[in-house]
Amino acid sequence: MAEPVLAVDNLATHFFTRDGVVKSVDGVSFTVAPGEVLGLVGESGSGKSVTGFSIMGLIDPPGRIVSGSIRLKGEELVGRTEAEMRAVRGRSLAMIFQDPMMTLNPVLRIDTQMMEAVHAHEKVSEKAARDRAVQALAQVGIPSPEERLSAYPHQFSGGMRQRVAIAIALIHRPALIIADEPTTALDVTIQSQILAEVQKLCAESGTALVWITHDLAVVAGLADRVAVMYAGRIVEQGRVDDVLDRPLHPYTHGLIGSVPGEAMPGKRLAQIPGSTPSLGRLPPGCAFEPRCSRAVEACRAGAPPLAEGPQGRAYRCINPVPAEEAA
Amino acid sequence: MAAQELLRIEGISKRFVKPVDLAGRIANMMGASNREAVVHAVDGVDLSVAEGEVVALVGESGCGKSTLGRVIAGIHEPTEGHVFWRGQDIAMMDSAARQAFTLGAQMIFQDPMSSLNPRIRAGEIVGEAPRVHGLVDAAGQAEYVATLFRQVGLDPEYRRRFPHQFSGGQRARIGIARALAVKPKLLVCDESVAALDVSIQAQVLNLFMDLREALGLAYVFISHDLGVVRHISDRIFIMYLGRVIESGRTDEIFREPAHPYTRALLDNVPRLDARKRSFSTVKGEIPSPLNPPPGCHFHPRCPLAGPRCSVEVPRRTRLAEGRIVACHLADGGVAAAA
Repeated sequence: MAEPVLAVDNLATHFFTRDGVVKSVDGVSFTVAPGEVLGLVGESGSGKSVTGFSIMGLIDPPGRIVSGSIRLKGEELVGRTEAEMRAVRGRSLAMIFQDPMMTLNPVLRIDTQMMEAVHAHEKVSEKAARDRAVQALAQVGIPSPEERLSAYPHQFSGGMRQRVAIAIALIHRPALIIADEPTTALDVTIQSQILAEVQKLCAESGTALVWITHDLAVVAGLADRVAVMYAGRIVEQGRVDDVLDRPLHPYTHGLIGSVPGEAMPGKRLAQIPGSTPSLGRLPPGCAFEPRCSRAVEACRAGAPPLAEGPQGRAYRCINPVPAEEAA
Repeated sequence: MAAQELLRIEGISKRFVKPVDLAGRIANMMGASNREAVVHAVDGVDLSVAEGEVVALVGESGCGKSTLGRVIAGIHEPTEGHVFWRGQDIAMMDSAARQAFTLGAQMIFQDPMSSLNPRIRAGEIVGEAPRVHGLVDAAGQAEYVATLFRQVGLDPEYRRRFPHQFSGGQRARIGIARALAVKPKLLVCDESVAALDVSIQAQVLNLFMDLREALGLAYVFISHDLGVVRHISDRIFIMYLGRVIESGRTDEIFREPAHPYTRALLDNVPRLDARKRSFSTVKGEIPSPLNPPPGCHFHPRCPLAGPRCSVEVPRRTRLAEGRIVACHLADGGVAAAA
């Protein structure tokens, strides 16, 4: 097996607030191979975005990475200074945000911003930087890129803005892109266009992708492997086919049952009772135990250990869903 | 369909006009030609809802589905066309009948935080309207509210809380309880589950279906999410830039979409069982409703468009009982009209 592009090991990112410690990410481990797409799935507050921000080194006080390691192509990122992180960010590691207006400066033209991104890591002429920008825009399917280069962000539609953000992320051909819900705010047909572009670009360039989303259906269509997060932990991970066809963790099973359109129309959806717990006050045992239909006495005793199976399959549950129910 | 018709709309159009501002008028005096901007948000829509039926309005941003929903709920007056409530034109109604319509059709909004007053306690949010309209007296309000809270799955103890003290899913339930408080027959739900997490969305969808069964409610369900729509609706109206381009029974549309746009929408929906797929794409973006393309609005993006499509507005063609499509392909082909 190839050396992973990204290896996250036992990562813990906590926020030290006045109301106590919020363990947003608590012991998360996963790897991403070159050219691989990992879907990081979870609901609001599950810690999926904080995991992404931790990898980028973008955690601000009161939050900090308290333990664990993040290795990008074998090099440790945890504990680097801001200056050292800046050298990595944008070059071998890039991020795409949900709202492209977070990436783009509204008062600068697209060419200024894109050429700035080129110059940040490479000493090239204005002309060469401009050519790179045109190339990147063409790559993400923006028509007549030379003309569009001198436009301002507000002159683009939402879908086009997201393409520009992706183009900026791709400029230095990073080894890894972290995408945080980049298509959630877009219309279905536009989302499809973006997914098609991303799929093509990753296949061509061998860039690995961590796709953070709440939408299991998008992950099904895009990812090779999936990791499901709940209350700061990965409760299940493995190949997409394995996890979606035969979920072992009751939470994954419940999530799949909650997706409308797959279940019989008009029938009740297999809902998960209750709502996501507050991260400040987690139950002592398994965090999902209060909502779980398969909970047993031992679930309340302590956090379930990680059980590992073949082909990177892992889950945290002592009473997993049996095969006959999972189908 | 044996069920009685609850609401029917005929030829509804809604235009929003942005008048020329002062600077523009002065410029016009000096010879400029600024004209008022007109958005055809909804353009000639016919639709009916039977008692207890769930009708879905589907489309992407700017297709006019929310505006149409607001016309149906009586929030917007239509620019053209008629709304009939139980067979009576609401424009001709006396005030008592008009009130029966305004109470009978209630709306549930997308974002409960902006539709719930942050300074009013949940119990009053739900209880105010029925008291004002005389459905319940002040003494009976607490008991009435408690019943509604239980009906939508909230603990009646929570009625002294303010909206910010609830989670997103609970706020959605308060919005539903408020709508139910005036005993409506029709709920217009505008993207009511779009902002919720999947597991909470499933709970609220189940609640909608339970209420439909218990109270015989009809729904107009506005959504961009075809998965949700397929699950909950009996009939679908697919909209594109203000016009309904296809309508029919949900199962039939999903089995055999007739309009190229419907087909594209269905192909583009991410599905759990479609693994590592190649995403088929419709080219281009949705044009601005300020300046829609001539002829069929979809023709610049349509893979099957011909010369006729850019000239002539497609007529509504009946394919089967209750199944209508507005496309030249179903009506003589896309070649130039003779």
